[in-house]
Amino acid sequence: MKTRCAVIGVGQTRYAARRDDLSLAGLVREAALRALEDAGLSWGDVDAVVIGKAPDFFEGVAMPEAFLADALGAVGKPMMRVHTAGSVGGSTAIVAAHLIESGVHERVLTVAFEKQSESDAMWALSPKYPFVPPLVAGAGGFFAPIVRSYMRRAGAPVEVGAMVAVKDRLAALKNPYAHLQMADISVAKVQASPMLWDPIRYLETCPSSDGACAMVLASERAAQGAPRAPAWVRGMAVRSEPAQFAGRNQVSPRAGRDCAADVYAQAGITRPREQIDVAELYVPFTWFEPMWLENLGFADENEGWRMTLDGTTALGGALPINPSGGVLSTNPIGASGMIRFAEAAQQVRGLAGAHQVDGARTAVGHAYGGASQFFAMWVVSSEHA
Amino acid sequence: MEGKQDPASPAEALSAPYVLAYTYRRSVGPVIGRFLTGLREGRIEGVRTAAGRVLVPPAEYDPETGAAVGDFVEVGAAGVVQSWCWVSEPRAGQPLDRPFAWALVKLDGADTAMVHAVDAPSPAAMRTGMRVCVRWRAERVGSVRDIACFVPDEGSGASEAPPMPPAEPVRGMLSPVHLEFTISPGATLSRFLEGVVEGKLLGRRCPACAKVYVPPKGACPTCGVPFGDEVAVSDTGTVTSFCIVNVPFEGQTMKLPYTYGSVLLDGADIPILHLISGIPADEVRMGLRVRAEWLPAGERRPTLESIRWFAPTGEPDAAYETFSEHQ
Amino acid sequence: MRDVAIVSFAASTTPHSNLDDVEMLAPVIHEAIESSGLARREIGFTVSGSCDYLCGRPFSFLMALDAASAWPPISESHVEMDGAWALYEAWVRLQIGDIDAALVYAFGKASQGDLNAVMATQLDPYYLAPLGVDAECFAALQARAMLDAGRCTERDMAAVAARGRRDAGLGAASADELLRAPYKLAPLRAHDCPPVTDGVAAVVLVAGDRARQLHKRPAWIRGIDHRIEAPSPGVRDLTRSPSTALAARAAGVGRAKVDLAEIHAPYTHQEIIVREALGLDASVVINPSGGAPGAHPVMSAGLIRVGEAARRILDGSAQRAVAHATAGPCLQQNLVCVLEGEQ
Repeated sequence: MKTRCAVIGVGQTRYAARRDDLSLAGLVREAALRALEDAGLSWGDVDAVVIGKAPDFFEGVAMPEAFLADALGAVGKPMMRVHTAGSVGGSTAIVAAHLIESGVHERVLTVAFEKQSESDAMWALSPKYPFVPPLVAGAGGFFAPIVRSYMRRAGAPVEVGAMVAVKDRLAALKNPYAHLQMADISVAKVQASPMLWDPIRYLETCPSSDGACAMVLASERAAQGAPRAPAWVRGMAVRSEPAQFAGRNQVSPRAGRDCAADVYAQAGITRPREQIDVAELYVPFTWFEPMWLENLGFADENEGWRMTLDGTTALGGALPINPSGGVLSTNPIGASGMIRFAEAAQQVRGLAGAHQVDGARTAVGHAYGGASQFFAMWVVSSEHA
Repeated sequence: MEGKQDPASPAEALSAPYVLAYTYRRSVGPVIGRFLTGLREGRIEGVRTAAGRVLVPPAEYDPETGAAVGDFVEVGAAGVVQSWCWVSEPRAGQPLDRPFAWALVKLDGADTAMVHAVDAPSPAAMRTGMRVCVRWRAERVGSVRDIACFVPDEGSGASEAPPMPPAEPVRGMLSPVHLEFTISPGATLSRFLEGVVEGKLLGRRCPACAKVYVPPKGACPTCGVPFGDEVAVSDTGTVTSFCIVNVPFEGQTMKLPYTYGSVLLDGADIPILHLISGIPADEVRMGLRVRAEWLPAGERRPTLESIRWFAPTGEPDAAYETFSEHQ
Repeated sequence: MRDVAIVSFAASTTPHSNLDDVEMLAPVIHEAIESSGLARREIGFTVSGSCDYLCGRPFSFLMALDAASAWPPISESHVEMDGAWALYEAWVRLQIGDIDAALVYAFGKASQGDLNAVMATQLDPYYLAPLGVDAECFAALQARAMLDAGRCTERDMAAVAARGRRDAGLGAASADELLRAPYKLAPLRAHDCPPVTDGVAAVVLVAGDRARQLHKRPAWIRGIDHRIEAPSPGVRDLTRSPSTALAARAAGVGRAKVDLAEIHAPYTHQEIIVREALGLDASVVINPSGGAPGAHPVMSAGLIRVGEAARRILDGSAQRAVAHATAGPCLQQNLVCVLEGEQ
């Protein structure tokens, strides 16, 4: 029967445009060691390793988990590799948490990474392929028409995007791991930055980062020995829908709504806006903040932008979104989802540091991927049940 | 118009060559970097584990325990073949362009074996347990290829590596990947693209949900069943959303800026992505009515690039309600 | 652990297909679900295995999802691994107890590229990739190590190929006849190496009483485990597979008599290594499906081993079967699954 799962260790690398001091193995190792240290464990205490990353073309090593087995202390143990596009960091954490909830393992190390500086993200995501016209310029090109649809549908003022950009970059100044540190960010500066994929401007986009994030997950029994407060997983779910189909709502995909409904039901949440203290949402382009606020039930349809506009989502607001600085400040793609899940856990553990939300007890971690079609979420709490 | 040909039969599937090529810029970290620096200087170094084993080439972490590795240890440039195989037809990019052996070589002073090529005259000259020594490259850059190969040890051992001028420690390497493919778009898309060559846009209707997909897919995404009847759709449609691209990227072939949009063709239930042209970028709008501008018949190939772009028809814009479900 | 069984299996393999992944998968998934007796809405979890490098394009699993009718949205995940590991993930998911059925599928078209060159991109990028060495070279080094250690002969290897080809319906050449062929990569001959194959497979897993309702003889998963070894072939004893032995012990292979084993051994000598690591005696029927010498669709070959073992429980021709899957060069990572019929 189902065993409760806890996060007892979190480790992150310093994120940067290029971590040229490390090999691929060194990168995952930095995060994994910090997670083990946080959990007060050593390599021998780990039962299994679950690793995730986005397309292998970023680093040019197919299924690189095989050659990372030494670095993650996995020799002689079960090791799995998850890949669900941008949502992979979240999905990977969920696969690892299932290993605990099912009673199969007591302690699982889960790691997600990307070392994007080894190649070029736009190339790795959109290589010129036969029979496919070379239209879509990377992820920004793909999502720009969807953002335009949202702006039209919601009637949102154009400065909302720039406000998200400023809010998340200012939050990143309080996060020592964050890649972008832009103390001089302002709405005017965002609005003056180059228009890359109209309607998306340069400063409204996520960076390309090197980095890894790791967590140690434990059963109720194993969590009792943890040196620091655990975060209890109160609900988790994944949902997928096809990339394209007739009548598809790409702005607010049903898979996202269903995923949120599932995790809230598991966690006993009926009024997410009141009951959730902080959320780390996967926002790679500014406008996805209001879009996900609606999709995940924090706001009514076409109303999410008002929460950005009135400061509700800022650190210090009623529902802070991405106090870590979010994907807009740090984006090693394969790890970005796990960073959301881990930051949510740190908030309810009270270990988020300078970007801690006071009194946070219940938090959401969220990731999405593909053509806004793969969703992974969890709700974590300082309370066991 | 309903097609007569059985749309499920994979008549003549198309195919095209595809090359995945990229030169990765790797950072190597302290352990690999020191090993590669040593090779450039004509020296082979391993690392010692807590249990006292000497790993060559040096692993960054102990393969048995996962622990960090300890001190560097210089090992010999000659050793013993532990296993080997014979390559009678070398491929481009391998260490030798004549038949050679791959071998696992345990260097003197090492406890593990490294993989490299052995330049032997024939398989008869190879045996497990034989001694081999390094043949250094004269010009070395900090790569496992600084060892040109191993050669059978005639008793004199490895010769000294020719000296290289001093340089900064190795921190990175270039790593080219080049893979060649022959890609088939599958039977359904092949049939559609044959229609494109003829200037036709042939959608397919799902027998379960009755929606018309252009281009059709291998199965209906919502129903999971193969598509049924072929349905010709119009080459006019409505722009449901769009993006103006101003950013250059590696491998990009389009001139900047360009506008592409989701075009819901009349008669189709799903939009296609294509270029929007014949109108200033800042006048493109949702609801704009557009028509395909085809390449001349002789220039059309089995790709949607046979439509140069979609350009305004001059009709009044479509009302938002007519396409709001398609974005 | 909760009782979980395989109730249906379908696969399709061919040396080269002009169909795309979705066209190959959709009928196979349909067949697996139809023959399970489940309604699609009863499937609570879907998980697949594939590798983007086989087609050289990111997100191949994204496009393949069109074959799985993911609408309304489904609970779904993907491993960049052989489908046997997707099956493991599904088995874990079913242990939690809130859902009763899962669909597992795997796909890959190896014929689109130079498979050895493609799989070489899995090797250590610092020490091995620059040499132009590939997985087949490692298999050959491993085969030589087996021959040198006296653990097998070239004739033993040919016998594995002859049996596999016969059982797969590819001809009745004897081991001695096969040995007349020249070396491909000495000591490997062509018959020691897997054929390039395009293929897909699907398996339906169902828990507890629902499985008993659906099938009079479900193939119960009585044990399943997987382990990995160090990546560098130079630090391993290539003639042994300790990860297979560990997984076999954890899965309980030795607890009772085994009727048959489906072993995923891409190269002939690897069957001998795995068979020994599994602790199987001479009475065990090996690879009645033909195994890798018959067809070797990368990314589904391991899942097919599990499916083929289950097939013989489902049809009553075996009571207890072992399935094995492998990944990585020189049997680096191994999964073992024990299946049993109702007593």
